[in-house]
Amino acid sequence: MNVPFDIIILLFVVMCAIAAITVRDLLSAVMILGAYSFFMCLMWAQLGAVDVAFTEASVSAGIGTILLVAAVLKTTRRTKD
Amino acid sequence: MIASSDDIIIKTIARIFVPFIQLYALYVIMHGHYSPGGGFQGGVILGASMALLLITHGYDEVKRRLPEGVVMLLGSVGVLIYAGIGLTCLLLGGNYLDYSQLSVILHVDPAHARSLGILGVELGVGFTVMAIMYSIFFDISTGGILPGDEKRNEELENNG
Repeated sequence: MNVPFDIIILLFVVMCAIAAITVRDLLSAVMILGAYSFFMCLMWAQLGAVDVAFTEASVSAGIGTILLVAAVLKTTRRTKD
Repeated sequence: MIASSDDIIIKTIARIFVPFIQLYALYVIMHGHYSPGGGFQGGVILGASMALLLITHGYDEVKRRLPEGVVMLLGSVGVLIYAGIGLTCLLLGGNYLDYSQLSVILHVDPAHARSLGILGVELGVGFTVMAIMYSIFFDISTGGILPGDEKRNEELENNG
């Protein structure tokens, strides 16, 4: 178990999560959510769950980001609130 | 509506990358019972490669390679493969998806039959996931309106 690596990855995960819900631009929020998924993927791999990490990388960071981008393009790019 | 990209760099990079992404997805599906990955992950990667082609090269290009009918056919055939293998095991006297029963049909020992059975199931799952992921992305990005389907477009516009 590599504790400094764990702490750094956890820090990035929390930073990405906070940034994704505070940023105004919806397309930026989707991109930050993709980055969040990749950090989660790194953390799953570090914890030894390689299959979960693979699923996280392909489903959440891959096709999930594409679907959200397609959804954002159908609405306005900036939030009102 | 999905149109072809005007940027030569994006189109060229996508054209170079898509075969490699698809080859990797096929590797993930075929090697799923030895290593991490499997039908679902490989199918998602295959679907993502088709979505990349749809974003960069437009609907007309993708329709030539993967028509709507073929997508629906793949989605159904995958489920049929999965259920068919499971029911074959059931008919041969085992439990549902008990692959060792397939050794009677395949003329191999039960351990080998298990390996081949799970490979068939992974292939079925991969086909279905690829078709459904691609069709979800297509429906979200176009709103269900196909280019060239003018009558339906007008109908949808009139209904708001």
